[in-house]
Amino acid sequence: FCVTLGEGARAVPLAGHVGFDSMPDQLVNKSVNHGFCFNILCVGETGLGKSTLMDTLFNTKFEGEPTQHNQPGVTLKSNTYELQESNVRLKLTVVNTVGFGDQINKEDSYKSIVEFIDAQFEAYLQEELKIKRTLHSYHDTRIHACLYFIAPTGHSLKSLDLVTMKKLDSKVNIIPIVAKSDAISKSELAKFKIKITSELVSNGVQIYQFPTDDESVAEINSTMNSHLPFAVVGSTEEVKIGNKMVKARQYPWGTVQVENENHCDFVKLREMLIRVNMEDLREQTHTRHYELYRRCKLEEMGFKDTDPDSKPFSLQETYEAKRNEFMGELQKKEEEMRQMFVQRVKEKEAELKEAEKELHEKFDRLKKLHQDEKKKVEDKRKSLDDELNMFKQKKTAAELLQNQAQQAGGSTTLKRDKERKK
Amino acid sequence: MHKKTMEDYVPNVSKASGPGVDFSYVGIDAILEQMRRKAMKQGFELNIMVVGQSGLGKSTLMNTLFKSKVSRKSVQATAQEKIPKTIEIKSISHDIEEKGVRMKLTVIDTPGFGDQINNENCWRPIMKFINDQYEAYLQEEININRKKRIPDSRVHCCIYFIPPTGHCLRPLDVEFMRRLSKVVNIVPVIAKADTLTLEERDFFKKKIREELRANGIDVYPQKEFDEDAEDRMINEKIREMIPFAVVGSDQEYQVNGRRLLGRKTKWGTIEVENIAHCEFAYLRDLLIRTHMQNIKDITSSIHYEMYRVRRLNENNTVVAHANGMPEHHLESEEKFDSSCAASRF
Repeated sequence: FCVTLGEGARAVPLAGHVGFDSMPDQLVNKSVNHGFCFNILCVGETGLGKSTLMDTLFNTKFEGEPTQHNQPGVTLKSNTYELQESNVRLKLTVVNTVGFGDQINKEDSYKSIVEFIDAQFEAYLQEELKIKRTLHSYHDTRIHACLYFIAPTGHSLKSLDLVTMKKLDSKVNIIPIVAKSDAISKSELAKFKIKITSELVSNGVQIYQFPTDDESVAEINSTMNSHLPFAVVGSTEEVKIGNKMVKARQYPWGTVQVENENHCDFVKLREMLIRVNMEDLREQTHTRHYELYRRCKLEEMGFKDTDPDSKPFSLQETYEAKRNEFMGELQKKEEEMRQMFVQRVKEKEAELKEAEKELHEKFDRLKKLHQDEKKKVEDKRKSLDDELNMFKQKKTAAELLQNQAQQAGGSTTLKRDKERKK
Repeated sequence: MHKKTMEDYVPNVSKASGPGVDFSYVGIDAILEQMRRKAMKQGFELNIMVVGQSGLGKSTLMNTLFKSKVSRKSVQATAQEKIPKTIEIKSISHDIEEKGVRMKLTVIDTPGFGDQINNENCWRPIMKFINDQYEAYLQEEININRKKRIPDSRVHCCIYFIPPTGHCLRPLDVEFMRRLSKVVNIVPVIAKADTLTLEERDFFKKKIREELRANGIDVYPQKEFDEDAEDRMINEKIREMIPFAVVGSDQEYQVNGRRLLGRKTKWGTIEVENIAHCEFAYLRDLLIRTHMQNIKDITSSIHYEMYRVRRLNENNTVVAHANGMPEHHLESEEKFDSSCAASRF
């Protein structure tokens, strides 16, 4: 049989209403049934109002206690919430960096953040590489947006900020914001923003740019791009202004209204992050950052793409090749270990034999010594015995003589006694 | 996980008014609009395959469905009619646009199917074509440097044309549908249904449904893929109507003062889009207006995944045998944990 493929697609006019203009609706309906996922990472020093801002953005009170400042390192705490607005269900995950900027030595602060982001990519990659996989019902934990909280010093970025952002810009969409911006006056703020932007540019940090390719949102997005970084104020407390209750922070000298565009850029942030570009953030994460991670990871593992000279490799074939290689290495290692083991055993055996031999020798020597001693003692005893015998003989001889003498002398003594008596 | 509802929820009327007016409205549902925009920008792809003996009106039906000349009739009105010696697979793509929505429609024609004297294995080239499309997608998906949007040439739907005999399915029909329902969504239709009366049509349909059930053939919408009760309800209604008895036409006639697509005969004009005459409208609604996304989803998340599992396990078996591993070990090895292997390097 033969297969002929049309080259390219010709545009064909329709003679009437077909009905596939309902496709976007069908797609949207399916997504609504499925629910959406959105994951935000908040990076910033403790006390910059990250949790408060999240509460303000999403109009709810997320749980959590303000963290202490004595954390030994940076840990990431993530919490997932289910929000619903009209018919849209959103699974929102907010990840907080706990202890960021609190240590004396902050050289490794960015590491745990990078590791966390990579771990989410890895989990997705693992799911994608599985043989039996369930991608459409997979809970996507990849970070879609990273809100970087800059302390409102009014001067410039801290070196920790620059280093961290540089490490993160190729892994996640970074949206820098100036936190607690009610601490800066308007004129200082303008200078601060310019300084920050120029520092980011001169250090080559790629922050997220709101997309300007779609005409319907190009204008608003490009305007907002020029307002970055957004200077925000967060508050969940409501204050009565006029006859309305508004979210605000009340000071003796006035009230900062969160949703007043003259007071801060909160509304701009909400508009950009949620109402206009949420989908684009998700898409960029998937098509740019995740693809980059995937490419690096796979290349690291030794996979190659199609070789122009030979037949295309299949991932499975490469798996198999790698698996065989790995098995081969395993076997080699096993062999090596076995050899080493045998060697060690031999050595130990030899050692033991040596020791045994030594012991034997010692034993022999001691035995000999013992025998010598014994002999000596025997000899001595013998000589003693001989002496004793001799002595005994002499004694008996002497006693005999003495008896004889006594008998003879006894009469003599009797004689002497008799003489004395006389 | 915590379920939170929006405080002071205000219905979504504030789209028109600017931000800052509605204080408790976050704007999460704006994501629907964002998705719609993205979809409009990207456009859609749809690949339909038509299978049936020649002369059953496949091309005409395609042209009627999409109201344009998307399919060229294979049998020309010339003196020499060429019946292909083997089955050909002809794939033609068109860009169509309606109300700002752009679609790349690919019609895959299979001239020669069922036309030979000996039709054994005539499904093979078609199955091979379908699997080749899955293979192409898989190859692109496992590339390291892969395209932003993988071109989707997988067959989303296969319309099978049943000749209007009025009796029952032929062995060829049963064989083909049995094999292909496992790899692609099959939508069976009764072709040239204007030769059947309504009673004959109902009888024929019932017979066909019985035979499909008896042979275990699951055509679209498949029972096992119903997601929830709502789905099931809608799909049951459809299942009671398949196969749709259709009539195709690309010629318009004047009926009751209106110009309608139809077939003019001496005894009357059959209006294609009149549901009292034939079920073309139901087919069009199913395929295009309501279930198009669902068809594509089932293709990508079920048929394609099944192919992928089979393909990836295939290599395992081959290598396993080479390594002397017994087969039953493979069933437990469902997942090749590549990072686990990498960590051991």
